[in-house]
Amino acid sequence: MNESKWTWIILDSWTMTQRTLKHIFRNIESLMMSIGLPIALMLMFVYIFGGAIDTGTSYINYVVPGVIVTCVAFGSSLVAVEVADDMTGGLFERFRTMPILPSALLAGHVIGGMARNGLATAITILVAVIIGFRPTAGLLEWLGVVGILALFMFAASWLFVLFGLIVKSVESANAITFPMLFLPYLSSAFVPTETMPKWLHTFAENQPMTPFIESLRSLLTGTPLHNNVWITIIWFIGLLIFSIIGATIVFNRKKKR
Amino acid sequence: METVISVKDLEKVYGNHSVLKGINFEVERGSVFSLLGENGAGKTTTVHILSTLISATSGSVLIGGYDTRKDTDNVKKRISLTGQYAAVDELLTGKENLMMMGRLNHLDRQTVKKRTIELLHQFDLVNAANKSVKTYSGGMRRRLDIAISLLASPEVIFLDEPTTGLDPRSRNNMWKLIQELSNKGVTIFLTTQYLEEADQLADKIAILHEGKIVEQGPAETLKKLVGEEKLEINLANQKESWSIAKQLLAGKADEKNLTILVPLSSVNSLREQLQLLHENGIEPASISIRKPTLDDVFIQITKIKKSE
Repeated sequence: MNESKWTWIILDSWTMTQRTLKHIFRNIESLMMSIGLPIALMLMFVYIFGGAIDTGTSYINYVVPGVIVTCVAFGSSLVAVEVADDMTGGLFERFRTMPILPSALLAGHVIGGMARNGLATAITILVAVIIGFRPTAGLLEWLGVVGILALFMFAASWLFVLFGLIVKSVESANAITFPMLFLPYLSSAFVPTETMPKWLHTFAENQPMTPFIESLRSLLTGTPLHNNVWITIIWFIGLLIFSIIGATIVFNRKKKR
Repeated sequence: METVISVKDLEKVYGNHSVLKGINFEVERGSVFSLLGENGAGKTTTVHILSTLISATSGSVLIGGYDTRKDTDNVKKRISLTGQYAAVDELLTGKENLMMMGRLNHLDRQTVKKRTIELLHQFDLVNAANKSVKTYSGGMRRRLDIAISLLASPEVIFLDEPTTGLDPRSRNNMWKLIQELSNKGVTIFLTTQYLEEADQLADKIAILHEGKIVEQGPAETLKKLVGEEKLEINLANQKESWSIAKQLLAGKADEKNLTILVPLSSVNSLREQLQLLHENGIEPASISIRKPTLDDVFIQITKIKKSE
């Protein structure tokens, strides 16, 4: 690959990102969903269920990392809807007859999606602080939080690019966002996993969301760290590699159809 | 004349289903070429192969001398495709769509700006330039779609059924537009299911039927094949009048429906035929004028093929 090809990849990715950024503020429904949903969830858990849940700590400090994870997981899944929308309309065909590389095409969705997600997460954390969340994290810990969240968003966005490429319609892309919204419930996001039945406990302990949430929890509120950060990084780098390779294969297959 | 598109023995097979069964044609630079056929004839498949979206099972396609399979990048630089579904971003404005597509076409910033303004004027979209495409009518969307296709000043434009789903007024505007483009020297490859459309616009027509080109030639040649318009005279419940009229007029009489079908070469001949009936005291129950359809062409072609 020569130098000018790389220049075009970067310029095209930027053009596509600008497009997704414009979409964020014009697709009000999608924006409201990605900001409103985690906040509603947080208020519900803190004020309704929270009183009845014993986590050994202040419940709001326990639940906020779980809410953040729900927020980024759901936010990433919206990428599938955007990609599916491009694929099913005529836009995909047009892009493919133009001199753009597929990676630039898809990178726009990933970067733009991460921007929307970052915005939603920042607002969620702000609201959390307003209603009493008191993180103990210092600068270094905050950097860790941002790093882990960015890695997750990046990996998950690529996973949803892959899903967006596979599904046949925008409706099925929408349906895919559901499991992602519920995966955090089957983890230590809202309640300690020890309280779950044995089989569920085993699943919850071993799915990637739990170490992810525990990492955020220890970075934000100083709970014991263990190996959680490393397990999380391994999980999501694996997911990232799988998704990028998968998306590339599916994209190229679509082309030769 | 220089050949800009050259297609040889093109075949496309999906599994066991053969969509294109070896088609051949050439398109001259600056001309309007129309691929005419019914739904499912293989028109879109052909366009997709020619515009590098899919690869052929066998055969070759050269565009501007470049092979669509080996020189994809060079082909892409010379063509643009306007598909059946408007390829525009609904959430962006018309202007933003043009600017974005211009940049993705790797034009420099000045050119993008200049072309955007030119095209907004040319396609009568200046007033809607800063409105979101969501609010556009079907005709406006199509115009924007074609404007985007012209950003990079392509040599060949593929228009896949550009008037399907448009109201009659938008269709007429689209026809005018295609003629204007053609006058500017762009080569246009047009697919359509409407005989009238091909007849109006094309210099050369190829008829695609079940994956084969059953006939191709200049529009005039094909017109002869199709035959002229016909006058259908209905004499329902007037068996006797029908018998007399059958003798008077040189047409095809249908005893079951009591109709007579007369070829119509001019307005004058219409007047003469009706006058003749009137003088003999015959008043038809109804008359109608039948324009030749794609079906008539197929029937005609099959007839010729059989007699050969």
